[in-house]
Amino acid sequence: MTLQVQKLAPSHRVDDLLRTERLPHVWCPGCGIGIALQAFLRAVKDLEAKGVIDRKQLVFVTGIGCTGRASGYVRLDGAHTPHGRPIAYAYGVKLANPRLVPVVFSGDGDLAGIGGNHLLHAARRNFDMLVIMVNNFNYALTGGQLAPTTPHGAYSTTTPRGNPERPMDVARLVAALGANYVARWSIHYPVHIEESIKKALPRRGFRFIEVLSICPEIFGRHIGFRSPVDLYERLRKVARVKKPKRLEDIVYDWEKEITLGVFVDKDEPGYMESICSIYNYEWCNELPERRWGAK
Amino acid sequence: MVSLARREFLTGNEAMAEAAIAAGLRVFIGYPITPASDLFEYLAEKLPGHGGIVFQAEDEIAAINALVGATYAGAKAMTATSGPGFSLMAESLGLAAMLEAPIVIVYNMRTGPSTGIATGTGQGDVMQSRWASHGHYGVVVYSPWSVQEAYNLVLKAFDTAWRLRVPTIVLSDAVIAHTRELAVVYEPGEVKIADRKPPREPPGEFKPFKPDPDDLVPPMAFYGEGYAVLAESLAHDERGYYTTDPGNYERLVKRLEEKIHRNKQYVVSSESRYTEDAETVIVSFGTLARSALALVKDLRKQGKKVGLWRPVSIWPLDEEGLLKAVEHADRVIVAEMNLGQLYREVARILGPTGKRVELVPVLTPELPGPDELLGYFEKAGVEI
Repeated sequence: MTLQVQKLAPSHRVDDLLRTERLPHVWCPGCGIGIALQAFLRAVKDLEAKGVIDRKQLVFVTGIGCTGRASGYVRLDGAHTPHGRPIAYAYGVKLANPRLVPVVFSGDGDLAGIGGNHLLHAARRNFDMLVIMVNNFNYALTGGQLAPTTPHGAYSTTTPRGNPERPMDVARLVAALGANYVARWSIHYPVHIEESIKKALPRRGFRFIEVLSICPEIFGRHIGFRSPVDLYERLRKVARVKKPKRLEDIVYDWEKEITLGVFVDKDEPGYMESICSIYNYEWCNELPERRWGAK
Repeated sequence: MVSLARREFLTGNEAMAEAAIAAGLRVFIGYPITPASDLFEYLAEKLPGHGGIVFQAEDEIAAINALVGATYAGAKAMTATSGPGFSLMAESLGLAAMLEAPIVIVYNMRTGPSTGIATGTGQGDVMQSRWASHGHYGVVVYSPWSVQEAYNLVLKAFDTAWRLRVPTIVLSDAVIAHTRELAVVYEPGEVKIADRKPPREPPGEFKPFKPDPDDLVPPMAFYGEGYAVLAESLAHDERGYYTTDPGNYERLVKRLEEKIHRNKQYVVSSESRYTEDAETVIVSFGTLARSALALVKDLRKQGKKVGLWRPVSIWPLDEEGLLKAVEHADRVIVAEMNLGQLYREVARILGPTGKRVELVPVLTPELPGPDELLGYFEKAGVEI
């Protein structure tokens, strides 16, 4: 019997946004990155169908890590940059052609660890870009080393007796720095992720969406949740959707609660409009964030 | 057309900033560092008036990555830094080479290593300018010896970067950065700078890393033009897709270097003075070569047949130019402000000729005059 792959894999609604010739992808069975990526691609399709955005203006930038591999599969202008540098690369794209809209899609180690300085300053500047951070709680592509997001006490290959450090609550940090839009979801809420992206993508300023993901093959196996279903359920137990009123109400604690929800939703001028208040550039009236956001 | 060229009394940093504006600079991204900050400040004042953006990054790592992104989005882009900043840029200098991003870096050398003497000059970064990043890749490095040449070489750097799609560095120093000299400068539009070769195939057929067979340089599609270009930092095929295929890897890495040599006629340059009958040729570059030339003139007055060979392109060197300059010489003396970096290259090139190649290291944070330079010859035990 021959396996008829073509017939088993009918075309999918986001196929035209994928470099399908590159499939199958590198992600493990049970990995949550695909859920986050699909939410983004569905959001693009939907916004495009409504005439809000033009995919030709999107630049899809990733860093190094499991999530970073996404740029290899997405059929948009894009870049796969060195470890930690997608936000830095995205600055240049936007400054060189303000009609473009950078979307950074990368992991927690890439964006909050080695690239942390860029994340801080991009948020502080309210720099016009959308950042989607897939948080799988560890450095998975390299075999499960400690990440800034790894829970306190958890095993990693570089903390074999348990993590002595306190983890970083990245969404809360970005909210504190004054970004225009900050949300955190988990892969249990694909529709919420998509709705958040649809809200944030056409918006001006710095927009940050964290997606808690499951990595059963590496993180899960190391902490005793080898089965995707078990890790999925373990994460669901602590992931709580809330409407925090203060920064202090946002919690990142693997044992008690990881707060989900929309933490910041405002519409202050982004970096590009801010420089337009000083200099009269010819592109100032053509910023897509102004026109897309108005639709 | 009446030329708008004008004579200005400028520092090297001001002149290099003016050259970048004339070359069509759209995006300058910097991080403050001595002795390059005043170039940044000059552009912060002037570039917006020419429609360009100046951006202060959080560090030099961000600056160079942003430059690469800017060129893919279609802009002429530049930064200016010094040794410590360039050390931080090392990581993504390799990215720029790998992505064939036409970025320009003004690199004003100061006294190293480490924080060294921040306000002093130096020539310790000949090797760093060439080999800072991991892996094997190609870059082009020019080295000016005057304010005028600094101006000219920034124009040349933009032309080289865009013609060859290669990161191009102007390796200047603290003396040029802050010395004020007369220079002829031009208005934007008065100078001809190479542009990208646009894609010849429609989206879907265009391959962003497929080189033209003659010059080995791939045409370039910019972001926003509908080509779905993937700028892939991993080893990639002509489509920009990651592959570990050994044959592809070999072709890619060889081409990144070979395209510079294939187009050598645009790149290499050097200057020979008093070498026609020279029995001894001093090799020196950058501002130290000015003292070396003065020393050569002094020695000529004493009847000594001494000449000077000065490379303008440091990487790659004008090897034919050097061989011609030392044709009649039996001794070649490399004087440089380090413990022997250009010296290694000169010794390599002249090895087969059997000529004696000697080194005069000049370790000081201040540019020596000709008499002081002669003192370093004596200190090194090199007779002249």
